[in-house]
Amino acid sequence: MQDRNHLARVETTHQVHIIENGLIDIPMLQILKPDGTLHDEAQEPALSEDVARKIYDTMEYIRVLDERMIGAQRQGRISFYLASTGEEAAAVGSAAALSPDDMIMSQYREQGALAYRGYTTSQFMNQMFSNEKDPNKGRQMPIHYGDKALNFMTISSPLGTQIPQAAGYAYGQKMAGNDAITICYFGEGAASEGDFHAGLNMAAVLKCPVIFFCRNNGYAISTPAAEQFAGDGIASRGLGYGVKTIRVDGNDPLAVFAATKRARELALEERCPVLIEAMTYRLAAHSTSDDPTGYRSREEEDKWRAKDPIQRMAKWLQQKGWYDEAANKQLIDETRQEVLKALKEAEKVSINPIEDIVSDVYDEVPWHLKEQLDNLKDHIRQYPDAYPKTSGRVK
Amino acid sequence: MAKMNLLQAINNALITVMDQDERVMVFGEDVGHFGGVFRATSNLQEKYGRGRCFNTPLTEQGIIGFANGLASQGSVPVAEIQFGDYIFPAFDQIVNETAKFRYRSGGQFSCGTLTIRTPYGGGIAGGHYHSQSPEAFFAHCPGLKIVIPRNPYQAKGLLLASIRDDNPVLFLEPKRLYRASVSDVPEEDYELPLGKADTVQEGSDITLLGWGAQIEILQKAADMALEDGVSCEIIDLRSILPWDADAVAESVMKTGRLLINHEAPLTGGFASEVAATIQDRCFLYLEAPIARVCGLDTPYPLAHEKEYMPDELKTYEAIKRTLKY
Repeated sequence: MQDRNHLARVETTHQVHIIENGLIDIPMLQILKPDGTLHDEAQEPALSEDVARKIYDTMEYIRVLDERMIGAQRQGRISFYLASTGEEAAAVGSAAALSPDDMIMSQYREQGALAYRGYTTSQFMNQMFSNEKDPNKGRQMPIHYGDKALNFMTISSPLGTQIPQAAGYAYGQKMAGNDAITICYFGEGAASEGDFHAGLNMAAVLKCPVIFFCRNNGYAISTPAAEQFAGDGIASRGLGYGVKTIRVDGNDPLAVFAATKRARELALEERCPVLIEAMTYRLAAHSTSDDPTGYRSREEEDKWRAKDPIQRMAKWLQQKGWYDEAANKQLIDETRQEVLKALKEAEKVSINPIEDIVSDVYDEVPWHLKEQLDNLKDHIRQYPDAYPKTSGRVK
Repeated sequence: MAKMNLLQAINNALITVMDQDERVMVFGEDVGHFGGVFRATSNLQEKYGRGRCFNTPLTEQGIIGFANGLASQGSVPVAEIQFGDYIFPAFDQIVNETAKFRYRSGGQFSCGTLTIRTPYGGGIAGGHYHSQSPEAFFAHCPGLKIVIPRNPYQAKGLLLASIRDDNPVLFLEPKRLYRASVSDVPEEDYELPLGKADTVQEGSDITLLGWGAQIEILQKAADMALEDGVSCEIIDLRSILPWDADAVAESVMKTGRLLINHEAPLTGGFASEVAATIQDRCFLYLEAPIARVCGLDTPYPLAHEKEYMPDELKTYEAIKRTLKY
């Protein structure tokens, strides 16, 4: 019987030899130079004009959506927003390399992946206005999207919880013989949570077809990566857990696409997890509750603005002859109008009726919640003016 | 005296104790240079250096495990969990370690110097991951103290007492009041006692018991009831564990009626514990069943937040029902 104890294969040494971090250099895949031209030795991924345009248009769409929704939050129309400015290529480029059957378990800055899947502007708005057209029934703060039809798991705020869940979901896909994988997005901050370590280890040991996609965007709210970890980023941890790993330039949509495509092939063919660390930068504030001027400089941000993934891809598209300046401008204008129109519509839609305060807690409403709902309805009937969002429909 | 909001009072308490005791260290997610997402720890890193006020990696179980080790070594950790809703990865460290260190070692080791600060509660459009009131989970855990202030004056005095108390304290801060509540706060050092309730208003017909941000709600309901000629006694429990059963029982023996209000769900909420103890101690004095005005037994909603809240109208109606019983 084969000795399955890994330690039995360890070579011996007879000198006190401490291994230090940095001995293994993990390179970063970059296909497009920051100026949008191809590296000489780089291989252009097989991208049709349609897919290339869709990646680009989705990034532009998300940038406009983010700008408009930050504005809407400042006007007090929604309570909260969280932008992905500067990081669009990480979410969109990876989503483009997946099959629509693949499950997406995201953190909260991957609206680009959701838009690429086909989530509409109205769907975005209904979630953000917590109205009754949102299938999540207005139960979570803005940006916590979820759509079963698009294989996009409803987002949770607590960080990192989706990482071991993704291992479990992928294991189920494998056991069911599905021709699909799971992708799990998270940030370098969330990778400090215990769930990251549990999730990677379990996925490796149980051979789960899952892509762990880390957006290393440099900051967890105000905490810079330098105060988050002392090792070589997140990629070095994948090796420790026996997980195939690749580091990629997160601001290079072609590199992200190529890395994710290869990771998906490996996950599916070898039934194993793959870790991708996408190096990027959170140009946006953490959220509308945050002000980055308190913890980083304008100069630092400007350095990263120069590496903008959208401009980089626009230049590449131009070289391919796939870029039309006028059409692009029109797309941006139309998106702005579409967002505004959908926003105005969504804010007029009512919230769910009061009955939904007790639904979905269990599969069926138990006696004590029925009783609590009845009491609440009596109370609302007594003071309809105090509960204007629901009293109109309480008969 | 200075006018301070609740955040400033907490900041002021931390400065007071960090000035006096070099063993005090303040840490958590974003608490360093940034001063915490609510700015409760503003300027502490500049004042006391990165060794004593620092950002941690983003891991709640790590923060509390680290704090337990630091406390057992003899330092005085004041650990921040960014939102009460995010304390659960640290549940094992708190329940099985913080609370049992002293007991399991026969008193040789303890985490008595540890204070865990965390914002709790709703009313901020935060939905179920930024609004929960987790006090009852921890009230079931022998070895912890749980303290909740209702205003800036209380916050400074109770936090100083919590940090200096030789037992681990979970200090829950009502985030709805962080900037909304302003009061006169002494700039000098003072402590308010742990384990002691505070009578906010004297009355004769019914005792209204609550803590934290709900004291405001009780006050509004008491004002409404006063228009009907009902005299309410309002008690702020302040400490959930150990709690001041004597003070509550004494008040109920006077008024004959008790109403308890908390934001957390009804079932298994701390009101249940109070009700059980008070019916035992005051059975023959009670003129009506003990009333509980609490959150529903659901996750904390977003769109239906207003409907969920145990607000002054629900409290007022419960006062009337209790008086009419």
